[in-house]
Amino acid sequence: MRQVISLLLENKPGSLMRVTGVLSQRGYNIESLTVGRTLDPEVSRMTIVVDVDSALCQQVIKQINKPVNVLQATDLTDAPKVVRELALVRVRTAQGSRGALLKEAEIFGGRVVDSSTEGFAIEVTGAPEKLNEFIDVMGTYGEIDVTRSGAVAIALEARKLRLQPPVERQLSAVSVQLSANPSEAEGVGG
Amino acid sequence: MSALMSGARMLVECLVREGVDCMFGYPGGVTLPFYDVLYDRQIRHILVRHEENAVFAAEGYARATGKVGVCCATSGPGATNLTTGLVDALMDSIPIVAITGQVSTMLIGSDAFQEADTFGITRSATKHNYLVKNLEDLPRIVHEAFYVASTGRPGPVLVDIAKDVFQGQGHYQPVSSIHLPGYKVFTEGHAGQVKRAVQLLRESSRPLVYAGGGILAAGAAGEFREFVELTDAPVVQTLMGLSALPSEHPNFISMPGMHGSYAANMALTETDLLIALGVRFDDRVTGRLAGFAPHAKVIHVDIDPAEIGKNRAPEVPIVGDLKRVLPKLNKLLSEAPSAGERISEERRAWRRRIRQWKDEHPFSAETSDSEIKPQSLMREIDRLSGGQAIVTTDVGQHQMWAAQLIRFNEPRLWITSGGLGSMGFGVPSAIGAQFARPDKLVFAIVGDGGFQMSIPELSTIAANGLPIKIVVMNNGYLGMVRQWQTLFFNNRLCGVQLDCFPDAEKLAAAYGFQGAVVEKPSELAAALERAVRHPGPYLLNVKVSPMECVYPMVPAGGAISEMVLGPPQAEAAAAI
Ligand SMILES: Cc1ncc(C[n+]2csc(CCOP(=O)(O)OP(=O)(O)O)c2C)c(N)n1
Ligand SMILES: [Mg+2]
Repeated sequence: MRQVISLLLENKPGSLMRVTGVLSQRGYNIESLTVGRTLDPEVSRMTIVVDVDSALCQQVIKQINKPVNVLQATDLTDAPKVVRELALVRVRTAQGSRGALLKEAEIFGGRVVDSSTEGFAIEVTGAPEKLNEFIDVMGTYGEIDVTRSGAVAIALEARKLRLQPPVERQLSAVSVQLSANPSEAEGVGG
Repeated sequence: MSALMSGARMLVECLVREGVDCMFGYPGGVTLPFYDVLYDRQIRHILVRHEENAVFAAEGYARATGKVGVCCATSGPGATNLTTGLVDALMDSIPIVAITGQVSTMLIGSDAFQEADTFGITRSATKHNYLVKNLEDLPRIVHEAFYVASTGRPGPVLVDIAKDVFQGQGHYQPVSSIHLPGYKVFTEGHAGQVKRAVQLLRESSRPLVYAGGGILAAGAAGEFREFVELTDAPVVQTLMGLSALPSEHPNFISMPGMHGSYAANMALTETDLLIALGVRFDDRVTGRLAGFAPHAKVIHVDIDPAEIGKNRAPEVPIVGDLKRVLPKLNKLLSEAPSAGERISEERRAWRRRIRQWKDEHPFSAETSDSEIKPQSLMREIDRLSGGQAIVTTDVGQHQMWAAQLIRFNEPRLWITSGGLGSMGFGVPSAIGAQFARPDKLVFAIVGDGGFQMSIPELSTIAANGLPIKIVVMNNGYLGMVRQWQTLFFNNRLCGVQLDCFPDAEKLAAAYGFQGAVVEKPSELAAALERAVRHPGPYLLNVKVSPMECVYPMVPAGGAISEMVLGPPQAEAAAAI
């Protein structure tokens, strides 16, 4: 099944690698993965769609919550949500079918972003399944090229983000005595 | 404000404040500034002979004490040599902080001399890792590393430090507050689930405790013992859990799993309530999952939520620290009214049943007058240890026999590579353990294969005068692999014969310590006693019968009740 995960991630070097690393290491198939900024510049949001056996869904969430930099991973699969994806489609088409193609694109809410004697580039957004249909239809008009953004999702009910508070630790009080070490003071080294 | 100091000194300052008294390492170009500070000897640095062994030694130290083990390597090949040890520590949840040097920040990404992407390479080999490119971040990161390594489910954390960070100048502010908003540590356990667990415990007529390394990691051996005594349930301990409960405790059955005892595996097969504490239902324990504890309800307590339900869905999941959860269970248990007469009678019958299994199929006690049986070697070591010595092992047949036959009457006496099964672990981990526990007799029981992966460390042992007793169980083969070829590949032995093992006496002498060879069963006891009495390091090469197999054995993919109890001809007689 397709599991939709929304994940908040500290914007630190390597954070993205940790998430993709866990997914590949555990053998979960990534269908799509997007990442972008949030209102807080220190935090990114990812939407991940994995193709996974339904019995494994909980395990995926638990594993992906483990990296230290992951603030919260939420399973949106069965939650009220909106999922959208953007596709850019370039269609080469014969002169005679241009009108029909445009009409069809309009049904999907497609917007022409480039037009040439060869054909069109069309932008369309929608649920990922809708885009599949759109791409199938465009394919009947001629040779196509497709770039998809991957799904982005938003939950329709606010979720409380549970962050861990700072922890105070006891450190040993002993301190290193400074030695008069010439090489260190000058900051040289081998 | 503190005095201006170099990043290298700041690192030492952090390590000292973390209570680090010794570390295991190997220097190189980019860590020179760090070694220049170590010159002042605030921290004891032990030079190993290969970086992999620096991690294994740090693991030995950590496994023997529960403290964080520290190791260090230079950039490039130094760092890549650490990876096996890091994964080993990750698999067995051992707290390690590894410090590596990295090329200067302005060179990162240029394929500079001895540059490797340590941060990327060790992502999946560590619990967490860092690349330090700014001096201001260094103290925070080092203290975070110790915190992450030692809390929650422990594990290795690597801190990769660019050379110019070591050399920069700054002011050190101790960082006692750790803020990791995404790092969740579950400790308390759900009160409702704890109550449910106690309810199930009261109703069970055939309870069984399945205990693992999590008890040792939590430092909860005392609480665990109390729990066992309150429930009076029989106990199996995994390879990682051995020594949590003293081997001589009347409730202890033995290790379960692929080479577990008949009684342990049958108890798992017939229990009606499995109390799984700090375990992960590893395939070497469970065999075919569908055949594992098929009649049991499961209570699973673990600090890592991802372990719960990973391989077996429990009836009662408890996410928490055993150090906190066990006392809660114990409190409720001690307040609960004692079990009814019917249950009590069923439990007595259950214990009698287990005793009977134990008596009918004890671990093999084979002896011979002509050749030393591996089992009798382990029994001799057990006799000399009396449950008091630290025993480290390598990986293979000797490891399984040692686990089956040697007693451990205190926590943390048993040090072995469980999850990763890394050959070459036995000798360097003994080095770390001996540094951690100078008061203890330390045996490194190793195979003739694995020993040859760690021969360079004989030099470390000699240089530090460590009185480790290395006992090579020499069967002339990569025995465990040979066993599988014998049993499952028609005895077509390929790539397993270890010819030309060095002369142990000369080898030890070459490093300036004593060694000996024993071949005759009649000489074994005296040879071991000599090794133990000798005040320094000792290398004892014990030639054992080459073709012995470890039994019982659950063939891969089988249910644990489907044990092979002995060599093919004997098997029919012993069939269940
Ligand atoms: C680094 C590493 N390489 C390979 C293996 C696979 N392996 C497992 S046991 C074993 C044989 C070990 O032989 P030896 O050290 O002589 O011990 P024995 O089984 O004979 O007691 C091998 C090769 C391993 N566990 N670790
Ligand atoms: Mg061998």
